[in-house]
Amino acid sequence: MTEILKPDTADQVLDAVKWAVSEATPLDVRGTGSKAGFGRPVQAGRVLDLSNLAGITDYDPGELVLTAGPATPMTEIEQALAETNQELAFEPMDMSVLYGTDAGAGTLGGVIAANLSGPRRIKTGAARDHFLGFQAVSGRGEVFKSGGKVMKNVTGFDLSKLMAGSFGTLAVMTQVSVKVLPRPEKTRTILLMGADDTHAVAALCDALGSSHEVAGAAHLPASVAARSAVGYVSGAGTSVTAVRVEGPGPSVEHRCNSLRDLFAPFGAVEELHSHNSAAFWREVRDAAPFTGDWQDHQVWRVSVSPTAGPTVGQHLRARLGGEVYYDWGGGLIWFALDARSDAGAADIRRVIRDCGGHATLVRAAADVRQAAPVFQPQPGPLADLSKRVKEAFDPEGILNPGRMTAGV
Amino acid sequence: MLMPKPDQGVIDRRAEIIAAMRAIVPGEGVIADDAMLKAFECDGLMAYRQLPLIVVLPETTAQVSEILKYCHDNGVKIVPRGAGTGLSGGALPLADAITLGLSKFNRVLDIDYANRCAVVQPGVTNLGVTKAVEGDGFYYAPDPSSQIACSIGGNIAENSGGVHCLKYGLTTNNVLGVEMVLMDGTVLRLGGKHLDPGGYDLLGVLTGSEGLLGVITEVTVRILKKPETARAVLLGFNSSEEGGDCVAAIINAGIIPGGIEMMDKPAIHATEEFVHAGYPMDVEALLIVELDGPKVEVDYLIERVGEIATGQGAIYSRISESEEERAAFWSGRKNAFPAVGRISPDYLCMDGTIPRKKLGLVLQRMTEMSDKYGLRVANVFHAGDGNLHPLIMFDANQPGELDRAEEFGADILKLCVEVGGVLSGEHGIGVEKRDLMGEMFTEDDLKQQQRVKCAFDPDHHLNPGKVYPTLHRCAELGRMHISRGQVPFPDIPRF
Ligand SMILES: Cc1cc2nc3c(=O)[nH]c(=O)nc-3n(C[C@H](O)[C@H](O)[C@H](O)COP(=O)(O)OP(=O)(O)OC[C@H]3O[C@@H](n4cnc5c(N)ncnc54)[C@H](O)[C@@H]3O)c2cc1C
Ligand SMILES: Cc1cc2nc3c(=O)[nH]c(=O)nc-3n(C[C@H](O)[C@H](O)[C@H](O)COP(=O)(O)OP(=O)(O)OC[C@H]3O[C@@H](n4cnc5c(N)ncnc54)[C@H](O)[C@@H]3O)c2cc1C
Repeated sequence: MTEILKPDTADQVLDAVKWAVSEATPLDVRGTGSKAGFGRPVQAGRVLDLSNLAGITDYDPGELVLTAGPATPMTEIEQALAETNQELAFEPMDMSVLYGTDAGAGTLGGVIAANLSGPRRIKTGAARDHFLGFQAVSGRGEVFKSGGKVMKNVTGFDLSKLMAGSFGTLAVMTQVSVKVLPRPEKTRTILLMGADDTHAVAALCDALGSSHEVAGAAHLPASVAARSAVGYVSGAGTSVTAVRVEGPGPSVEHRCNSLRDLFAPFGAVEELHSHNSAAFWREVRDAAPFTGDWQDHQVWRVSVSPTAGPTVGQHLRARLGGEVYYDWGGGLIWFALDARSDAGAADIRRVIRDCGGHATLVRAAADVRQAAPVFQPQPGPLADLSKRVKEAFDPEGILNPGRMTAGV
Repeated sequence: MLMPKPDQGVIDRRAEIIAAMRAIVPGEGVIADDAMLKAFECDGLMAYRQLPLIVVLPETTAQVSEILKYCHDNGVKIVPRGAGTGLSGGALPLADAITLGLSKFNRVLDIDYANRCAVVQPGVTNLGVTKAVEGDGFYYAPDPSSQIACSIGGNIAENSGGVHCLKYGLTTNNVLGVEMVLMDGTVLRLGGKHLDPGGYDLLGVLTGSEGLLGVITEVTVRILKKPETARAVLLGFNSSEEGGDCVAAIINAGIIPGGIEMMDKPAIHATEEFVHAGYPMDVEALLIVELDGPKVEVDYLIERVGEIATGQGAIYSRISESEEERAAFWSGRKNAFPAVGRISPDYLCMDGTIPRKKLGLVLQRMTEMSDKYGLRVANVFHAGDGNLHPLIMFDANQPGELDRAEEFGADILKLCVEVGGVLSGEHGIGVEKRDLMGEMFTEDDLKQQQRVKCAFDPDHHLNPGKVYPTLHRCAELGRMHISRGQVPFPDIPRF
């Protein structure tokens, strides 16, 4: 049985890591483990369970900064923010939907460690863009901090950026500060029905290149749209192309009208109001079309420049079958395929080789994730530099060994 | 300011180094003449000056790579330089180092409206990026006041900001990719036109690294469509504290303006006398709040901001009714530095960030310090994000005044840290604030940052003496003391 260390304080985290270093025993670092399916399986004899390092320690809406323990549940964060009409503007996806695990199990630290975001990525950025500072214990067993609790800071290297997306392989965060923003007053989504990929691209490029501050752009082929819980989408019987606008009421109304005009030449136009709009973008965010009956499919998240999207999508389907949909503004292709031993990794990476993007395997059985490179393999010199960065924080390889790269 | 001791061995090899550089960069790209070197002896922080060993102005990435490789192999240091407008001495030369100027990297390479990005060389000015795309209604959002002169490469190295930061982010939020050269000559690409490359966010740590990690040779930035319209409102208050509270009230109402700037009374008076912007002279604090977006949105929100301000005790309010009027509102703020330059022979421009709710306390303590040091101070302030720019006025010809001004400045920055803020909001640490890093960071904090430096540049050849008060050897930073079973941990529950 795996031994679990469950520290109550940052001091105990320090003790635990120091001890692990001295025993040369790697640790599997966890918030609540909601993203255990993301990344390669960690080879560690002991779990460092951070779930007791939870709770919001400092939040003043007027300052737009929230500080909390890393294992604070996202549900608690979202609720506290909602009370003052604020939110995490980067719209982190809830990965438990994709994994079919307990809804809302994620923690703030986990969201940052995985650098999550949602369809608002194009406008507002990812977790990295809202991560202001932290305190942590490095894999050396040393306490350190970086960044701060203010919005603007160029004081020393921005180590927060390195921590965002490092999947717990550099240091164990014990406190984190994030930027928060007011919730938009109103949300509307304009839908274009039945556009083929070429027309959808043209329409979305027009919308994103306009001054209407589009905060979400997606394209769902007919078979994917049919699985939406939103009637206007699933009932369309055809492909659905969507853009979201948010802001004060009169502004949203004005921009919706302009976007309707812009879409009209491409086909029939519909509109989603607040509730439907929220439900629809949650589906896009959480890869919901690939859950339920599709739970046994492997899922990839492919990131390319937005205009390369449709070609890449077509090639993926031609080579490997399966289904795609596009979280377009973010240049993101969600791709689901029948389970196979290598998850199609080599083929997928061949498809995107020439357009400069990357593919991440986000759902597959542990043995598949063990064998296939989950994250995009890096060219030699970049891989070497990344390895040196890892060693700068964790020279003994104590923290989540192998989670991102085999042998690192 | 104590800089690393120059290596006489390198200085003695100057002729040989010049020859090697001329072999890589032919023609006028190598500057060795003292009179011409003088143009590079400082950046925007003019209190510190030093002639470089030589200046090299390469034109291609291959040349940069060869130069760095030569320097790496021959133990020669490099100071990267963009436009030299930095305010913290980041591009201050060293007597035994080559200053590597990127000014010839001045081409816009690719404009991609469909993907809303532009690929440019690092020597293109910040405004140059906007100029390249504004014909089609686009712009590059981060807008430092120096935007007409500063380079985009320098902006990345300093993670520069401007009045748009609150709504549109800093440089780090607007850069998608770079090509960079490591000190050993390795050329790397980080990011590109897609978002969030997998692996560690090396682009994120390069941004704001002040020329210590690598030389940036190409940049991909996000461009945005220009908002339909913009309007600004001037709001006057009886105290800076009320002004600060008004900023919080606007944000609490869910409004994120395109810009919120504040000036205190000395700054208002200095600028009004200089540019006649039409500012009220009888208020203690003046806010400029700008809303941008569709006309209906701007018209709607500016009314709401007006109402909020009235509720917060504004004693003056004027909304811009034309583009000329809006420009006039900004002309004062944008000319605040030269305006203060007119009323004082010299001034130091400080830069620190505080939690906004501490503004009243900080300004009051600054007034006390002003009395103590016998020097005037004027404040302009990115109020939306808590970034202060106190301007300390002094006369360098009066013995001791520069020292007093510097001490005053250091006290202000220490105060910023004391109230929960940071040493720099946008100008960086450079040499200016290097020795204050200990106010904010522990020895272990600083060592961890320097270990990242070692991963990029293990021999400390790139821009040494900047940002970090002590230069640790990488070998020494890498050491770890491990003793088996050192700590028992009875108190950690195990299951
Ligand atoms: C003639 C007519 C046409 C309609 N056309 C459309 C259409 O084209 N597209 C479309 O999406 N809807 C349509 N609806 C339904 C519409 O979504 C509802 O009327 C909705 O309540 C309008 O919300 P709002 O966005 O204007 O209000 P808001 O002021 O934005 O929302 C008010 C509150 O109600 C909540 N809310 C909104 N809708 C729901 C809901 N369905 N269930 C639970 N809570 C909800 C919101 O979260 C919010 O708290 C139509 C309704 C009518 C009567
Ligand atoms: C009047 C005035 C107003 C200013 N207003 C603002 C403001 O509003 N906001 C703000 O943020 N700053 C402001 N600044 C500061 C300055 O303009 C910025 O820091 C700017 O980003 C520096 O760019 P530069 O090209 O001049 O860089 P330089 O001064 O040449 O260099 C700055 C640093 O960047 C490094 N560097 C430069 N180019 C590269 C490269 N290609 N690769 C690697 N490293 C490189 C240098 O080594 C150095 O450490 C102002 C300066 C002045 C003089």
